[in-house]
Amino acid sequence: MRKLLIGIVGFIIFLLAACTGSSANSSQSGNPGVSATSTSAYIQNAGSDTIVNLALAWAERYQTVKPQVSISVTGGGSGTGLAALINKTTDIANASRQISSQELDAAKKVGLDPQEFVIARDAIAVIVNPNNPVNHLTIEQLSQIYRGEINNWQEVGGEDRPIVRLSRETNSGTHVYFLDAVIRLGNTKDKAIFSRDTLLLPSSEGIISEVRDNPNAIGYDGMGYVTSEVKVVAISGLQTPDQYVLPSVATVNDGTYAISRNLYMYTQNPPTGAIKEYLDWILSPEAQQIVTNLGFVPVKK
Amino acid sequence: MKPIKVSGDSVISGVIKICGYSSILFVTLILLFLLREGLPALWNVPLSSLVSTIWYPIEGYFGLLPLIGGSLLVTISATLIALPFGIGTALYLSEMAPRWMKEVLKPVVEILAGIPSVVLGFIGILVLVPFLRTTFNLPTGLTAFAGAILLALIAIPTIVSISEDALNNVPPAYRQAALALGATRWQTIWGVTLPAAKSGVLTAVMLGIGRALGETMAVMMVTGNAPVMPDKWNSLFLPVRTMTATIASEMGEVANGSPYYQVLFLIGILLFLLSLIINVTASSVSTRQRKRAERILS
Repeated sequence: MRKLLIGIVGFIIFLLAACTGSSANSSQSGNPGVSATSTSAYIQNAGSDTIVNLALAWAERYQTVKPQVSISVTGGGSGTGLAALINKTTDIANASRQISSQELDAAKKVGLDPQEFVIARDAIAVIVNPNNPVNHLTIEQLSQIYRGEINNWQEVGGEDRPIVRLSRETNSGTHVYFLDAVIRLGNTKDKAIFSRDTLLLPSSEGIISEVRDNPNAIGYDGMGYVTSEVKVVAISGLQTPDQYVLPSVATVNDGTYAISRNLYMYTQNPPTGAIKEYLDWILSPEAQQIVTNLGFVPVKK
Repeated sequence: MKPIKVSGDSVISGVIKICGYSSILFVTLILLFLLREGLPALWNVPLSSLVSTIWYPIEGYFGLLPLIGGSLLVTISATLIALPFGIGTALYLSEMAPRWMKEVLKPVVEILAGIPSVVLGFIGILVLVPFLRTTFNLPTGLTAFAGAILLALIAIPTIVSISEDALNNVPPAYRQAALALGATRWQTIWGVTLPAAKSGVLTAVMLGIGRALGETMAVMMVTGNAPVMPDKWNSLFLPVRTMTATIASEMGEVANGSPYYQVLFLIGILLFLLSLIINVTASSVSTRQRKRAERILS
């Protein structure tokens, strides 16, 4: 009897764990479009997976600001979002890159005049253990470390220790951006990938705790996720290899920090009405606070 | 009164019957679903890609070998750790422990079975991983070995409960006869009780292996998840990526129906087959043993 009871309790715990697990997952990955009720305005917002959580958070908050406006948010990638904008199936396209000249031409061909808005910035901080004497790296050294070409801290001015590379899982937007901007140094023809012994950790906490405890480790994460228990490394850009810059709101906004990018929203035409109000609200301090909460860098006003 | 009683009885037995059949139905449906979603991977992804050693699906590298190797390495090591502890505990409980000790120890082992694996994972990250790194002077403690230790903790309660039942089912006359012949307690345990309970103990071990193979959360948290082929002598002390962790961490973001999605389901099929093999082996071992025992006794 006792065994049975414990079994049942164990099963319930398992069910609870399964439920919380899956709901946490779906809130991260799913894009439950805000349903269109009988409201005065309905805004469709699609594109970059990097921005999708931010866009969802904004859309949810905007419900309390202007309940009569409903916003549907979907992901799919920057290209998908811009294609939808050109096909006029979305009102606002989210993109983690600028619109390309081909896309701009295609849009003009169908009579659109896409407008660009920088709505937030994304910066990646490179972190090491506080006891690691390495304070700065060039972006090329960082690329070589993650490609598996530099394997000892001695080669970049540190102690004689093996380098343990940490990364977010491949499904994270940060992972993909790091691959493009750092490992491939922005070269789209480069097919280099992460060194195979790179540890892929499922959460920011996993990366922070391993870097905090392990003097061999190097990791990266969105600037907003980094805590004071780890040391942030100054990085120099490709053009200015001797100017090492630490990531901060100021250096990200003036463009001197190398591993950062703008996050954009595009509208079909110069925005009017509900869409203009929404974009104005996005640049307000209230909405930019959400940017900070999600680990991105707010746009300096 | 009577007719109501009869109909109530038939309703209950009907419900029980449906419960019995439903598990067959569920397994069949799950298998069909897995096959439908996963098998297309075999012709949508070239076989040479599937049997390669690089797993980096977002760039089209679908090598399954590091994942299979990782799962096998962690599971087998966990079994080797859990085996002596599990059977030792079961022997102590059934053969040596005084009654009060048994009453304390048994529920404790069962509580161990009830600890959510994510909690074990947290303890693993905060205690076990730094301990392994400093003790063995490893580059990182996030290794297959850390996963194996946690999986052993998860498998031990299964092994203990089932093999203790098997040991208790050995007729007391066997032990009494051995002791009467002048065997020591250890000789009785090793030469008589344990061989007599062999089938049950083997089933226990098989189920423990199955439990370890399917475990996800604890493993994902402590093995580092680097898809490295575990083909070096020290692979146990290097990071690995298991099949379960791969499905759990990558399924959330993948596009439905894409080759990537199908490959993840293919991994699910492989896991299903592995646990099927383990279960069939366990049950065939136990029935074969029973037949032999019946033959000897008759």
